[in-house]
Amino acid sequence: MSEIAKDQVLAFIRGRYPQAEISDSEDIFQLGFINSLFAMELVMFIEKTFAVTIPNDELRIDNFRTAKSMAELVDRLSPVPVEV
Amino acid sequence: MTSQILDARDVETVFDRASARRFVDAHIAPYANGFEFEGRIPEELIEKMSAAGIWAPFLPVELGGIGMDMVTLGEIHEEVGRGCSSVRSLLTVHTMAAWTVLRWGTPTQREEWGRALASGEALGAFCLTEPEAGSDAAAIQTSATPSHGGWVINGVKKWITNGQRADVYLVFARVNGTIGAFLVPRRTPGVHVRPIPEILGTRASMLAEVTFSDVPLGPSALLGPASGFAAGMVLTGTLDLGRYSVATGSVGIIQACLDACAAYTSRRTVGGSPLRSLQLIQAKMSDMVTDVRAARMLVAEAGRLKDKGDPSTIMATWIAKYFASTAAAVHASEAVQIHGANGCGPEYPVARYYRDAKVMEIIEGSNEIQRITIAAEAYRELNQ
Ligand SMILES: Cc1cc2nc3c(=O)[nH]c(=O)nc-3n(C[C@H](O)[C@H](O)[C@H](O)COP(=O)(O)OP(=O)(O)OC[C@H]3O[C@@H](n4cnc5c(N)ncnc54)[C@H](O)[C@@H]3O)c2cc1C
Repeated sequence: MSEIAKDQVLAFIRGRYPQAEISDSEDIFQLGFINSLFAMELVMFIEKTFAVTIPNDELRIDNFRTAKSMAELVDRLSPVPVEV
Repeated sequence: MTSQILDARDVETVFDRASARRFVDAHIAPYANGFEFEGRIPEELIEKMSAAGIWAPFLPVELGGIGMDMVTLGEIHEEVGRGCSSVRSLLTVHTMAAWTVLRWGTPTQREEWGRALASGEALGAFCLTEPEAGSDAAAIQTSATPSHGGWVINGVKKWITNGQRADVYLVFARVNGTIGAFLVPRRTPGVHVRPIPEILGTRASMLAEVTFSDVPLGPSALLGPASGFAAGMVLTGTLDLGRYSVATGSVGIIQACLDACAAYTSRRTVGGSPLRSLQLIQAKMSDMVTDVRAARMLVAEAGRLKDKGDPSTIMATWIAKYFASTAAAVHASEAVQIHGANGCGPEYPVARYYRDAKVMEIIEGSNEIQRITIAAEAYRELNQ
């Protein structure tokens, strides 16, 4: 899993909720931060930052629970890096 | 012959604010009081709008659009809203349907609907509100039940803009314990349309109550995901664009009030001097001038953030819509005041602006909902 992606996602969440101490494996839904507005913002953030399009079948809550699961999603969607 | 048709099209094509202004001044603004009186938008204008390519220019070229950016789209909706809020309302709900197809549709769904929505061959409507569920969208009762590999829809949708005329309804319905979006062609068996002829504002927007009784649909009727988390986003995204369009339309109303009042106060005299020389009138005019600029800038900012794909566009759009609709209601009321009795009569457009502006404070997230949502922004950084 890309550490960079994970850190960027975490930075975005923390940017929105600076007072909250959220770790990369904490369930942000359980912490009660998520409403449909923030969910939409998360999806837009991921699509923009990592230049990916999240297909409908990946738009599952489990993919967005933690910064870690979002980074894994980004990995799945990004083209495999080519070795040079 | 062919070149003649092309020339005619070129002249009328709407692709930016200036061409939209020409189109609105030629085909919409002078007739808007008549549309309101008739309670409908004439088919002829709908055809002209189709020829102008105004329905869904943000769709990509492959789907019949021109890939227009959101800032320009907003400017066009503002111009249309300046001419007639009812026409702008049709544009708004059509935009919501077309955008949802683009954003969440499968390649097949995009092919099936994209071109028809871009060309205006199929007009879209947005169906969320029900007799018992408005602001609280989670309370909707309309249901979509899986059946024979497809779906069966049951329920009643009320206050549906363009419900009388639309060819396809974007319907939000309960499915698997959450809410999903469905595309329902109007000609499907079981779809019944009852016009709502009397309404305070946007009186020509052809409102209807649409009933779905055991409406059978194929598997591709479901637009976007039906899982809880994602379904909320389809709605959030669709409403965000609708809100943006209403915000731009509200700016158009303020501009129209300003234009009408500048002309009227220059002409009308009291005690031998024109109204425009009275300081109390000047105070009202200065507030209109200031608010129209402020509202336009808030809208443009929301549009720029949309074009960048920046998530903060959602809050920026709430704020733009809140500011613009509230200001439109205030200034439309003042515009009637400035026109005196003429403001209450049918010969001037300001009474229509007044009725239309009130509606802007209710639709796409009422003022109260906006204030709650925007206030949450003040406390966000405090964590709860
Ligand atoms: C001209 C017109 C066109 C429309 N077109 C469409 C359309 O095309 N498609 C569609 O789906 N709908 C449409 N609507 C419906 C519109 O979206 C709803 O009217 C709107 O969402 C508000 O819902 P409601 O009218 O049921 O009011 P309610 O939700 O019943 O609210 C009543 C009042 O209570 C306030 N309120 C509600 N909740 C709260 C709260 N939590 N805190 C404080 N105050 C609250 C509201 O702001 C409002 O003032 C249209 C309405 C009009 C008037």
